[in-house]
Amino acid sequence: MSRAVESDLVERLLDGEHRALARAITKIESQSPGYRDIVSELHAHTGDASVVGITGSPGAGKSTLVDKLAKYYRDQGETVGVIAVDPSSPYTGGAVLGDRIRMASNVGDMDVFFRSMSARGQLGGLSTATADAVKALDAFGKDRIIIETVGAGQNEVDVVKTADTVVVLVQPGSGDDVQMLKAGILEIGDLFVVNKADMEGASRTVAELQEMIHLRDDPRANLDTGHHGAEAFDDAGHGHGGHADASDAETDVDAEDDPSDGDKPPVWTPQVLETVATTGEGINELVETLDDHRDYLDASGELAEKARKRAGEEIRQLLRSDVNRLLEAELDRRGGVDAFAEAVVEKETDPYAVAEDVLEPFRECLDGRDD
Amino acid sequence: MSADSEQRTIRCLIAKVGLDGHDRGAHVISRAFRDAGFEVIYSGLHRAPDEIIQATVQEDVDVLGISILSGAHNTLVPKVMAGLEEYGALDDTLVIVGGIIPEEDRPGLLEQGVDAIFGPGTPMQETIDFVKENAPERA
Ligand code: B12
Ligand SMILES: Nc1nc2c(ncn2[C@@H]2O[C@H](COP(=O)(O)OP(=O)(O)OP(=O)(O)O)[C@@H](O)[C@H]2O)c(=O)[nH]1
Ligand SMILES: [Mg+2]
Repeated sequence: MSRAVESDLVERLLDGEHRALARAITKIESQSPGYRDIVSELHAHTGDASVVGITGSPGAGKSTLVDKLAKYYRDQGETVGVIAVDPSSPYTGGAVLGDRIRMASNVGDMDVFFRSMSARGQLGGLSTATADAVKALDAFGKDRIIIETVGAGQNEVDVVKTADTVVVLVQPGSGDDVQMLKAGILEIGDLFVVNKADMEGASRTVAELQEMIHLRDDPRANLDTGHHGAEAFDDAGHGHGGHADASDAETDVDAEDDPSDGDKPPVWTPQVLETVATTGEGINELVETLDDHRDYLDASGELAEKARKRAGEEIRQLLRSDVNRLLEAELDRRGGVDAFAEAVVEKETDPYAVAEDVLEPFRECLDGRDD
Repeated sequence: MSADSEQRTIRCLIAKVGLDGHDRGAHVISRAFRDAGFEVIYSGLHRAPDEIIQATVQEDVDVLGISILSGAHNTLVPKVMAGLEEYGALDDTLVIVGGIIPEEDRPGLLEQGVDAIFGPGTPMQETIDFVKENAPERA
């Protein structure tokens, strides 16, 4: 594959050719030769789209909601890109990707570009592939980009964190759902949506969520157990460092905002909304809140901060996998890891000595440089 | 072991088009393809030709499998083929059709660009082997 072919593909993508966009994502997804050149060339053309991630338990209604959101944006004259990531599919072997079934409101409308993605071949790098696919959609000129993924583990959290705004979708009733949130998803939500609000138990789930957000944003709140009923959450000013990622949310206690402080930075307090994705009820409020969050990101400087953080992570991730590849190749050159392992077991050497030995040429090379 | 596309995953769209509620065959094929290691996107029931075209182009599938038992294949399949052509997706997509397709209609569909037709009773392995051998090469 020559560089010219990649450039041609990028050119056609930038020209608005859907087939070229689709093929670029295929190359990204399968990491086929030349995909890096494509992403490199696309990078300069990105940055205009707003990117929303939607996560939540299996069957919560994510795809149905994405379909309605896409329709809303299309009715406003905006173009939409959707990446539906299914990380539950095995890394190798077959998979059935079912999110597309729910795309029923945008029949044959090419300006809604929907793409299903599996976890294949992406051991650990699924979030990189997702971020690169988002870049392709962004460079193509999509105004709104939505990432859907099941909220299950770290992999999925990483995927959804490639978005500027993260929506956590919960369905009423089970209680399990809210339980699950405690295990990591809660921290990343910028807003929470109780979908299937037409079903029993929705308001109870809303209250549970509000309580959890309150605890999340104010860890000391659980000390005065008598006082945090649902009514306490009407007070929009209580949050501090409201948004922020997991680590911040927990360590940010010192940064308590004094409400009387005149020019304090804008604060985001996660909201809990209700929707019925099947009928579209609540979509308007959801869109408004998404826009509010976007405005907050802009005004607080967090959008730029997030972009920097993400770029830093991308660089690190790439370097890790590239260096890893170099090391694997070096290992192979020296007869493979098995031979070394055997020698270690036989006490002829030890793991530290082997690592030192294999690394030596790299170290020499780096140390030998003048600059 | 480098994870780089050393083993290609074949992507397929299994599509139900038109007012055809027979979805057993489509499910059977979807599952068999998955078990064969393919990545399968199922369209769901009652899709318009435009939706199938949209999905084929956007998902960049290697294989489009259309399942029709309603008897409307002679009107629906040509529409899909024309749409694929329009988006430049006809040449590098393997198109196969399954379901109830009378013998006398087959030459016409093949002429339209359908690569193969698999009716009831076709051994599953035959279908899978055909796909593996004929899925277009993607760089
Ligand atoms: C079960 C059945 C139904 C069920 C469907 C349940 C369901 N959810 O699927 C019900 C009762 C709902 C039904 C309803 C009707 N049916 Co009906 N039905 C059948 C029946 C008996 C079996 C179909 C079946 O499921 N076979 C089992 C599956 C596994 O086989 P298959 O679908 O053929 O798939 C195989 C291959 O064709 C191939 N294949 C299929 N799709 C694909 C796709 C790809 C990509 C590939 C590679 C291969 C492939 O692989 C599969 C495995 O080998 C057939 C008769 C028959 N013997 O085929 C009639 C039949 C299909 N039905 C027929 C009719 C007319 C109807 C009705 C209009 C009214 C009626 N007379 O009953 C309604 C319409 C429903 C609708 N909305 O479309 C006719 C169609 C006539 C035609 N095409 O000209 C048939 C042929 C009966 C007949 N001889 O008249 N039906
Ligand atoms: N009653 C009710 N059902 C809904 C609502 N939203 C979605 N559903 C139904 O819930 C089921 C699952 O919806 P999906 O949109 O596929 O859910 P999902 O979260 O994308 O599912 P996965 O991608 O499989 O995790 C479907 O049968 C929907 O019709 C809702 O607001 N109310
Ligand atoms: Mg879904």
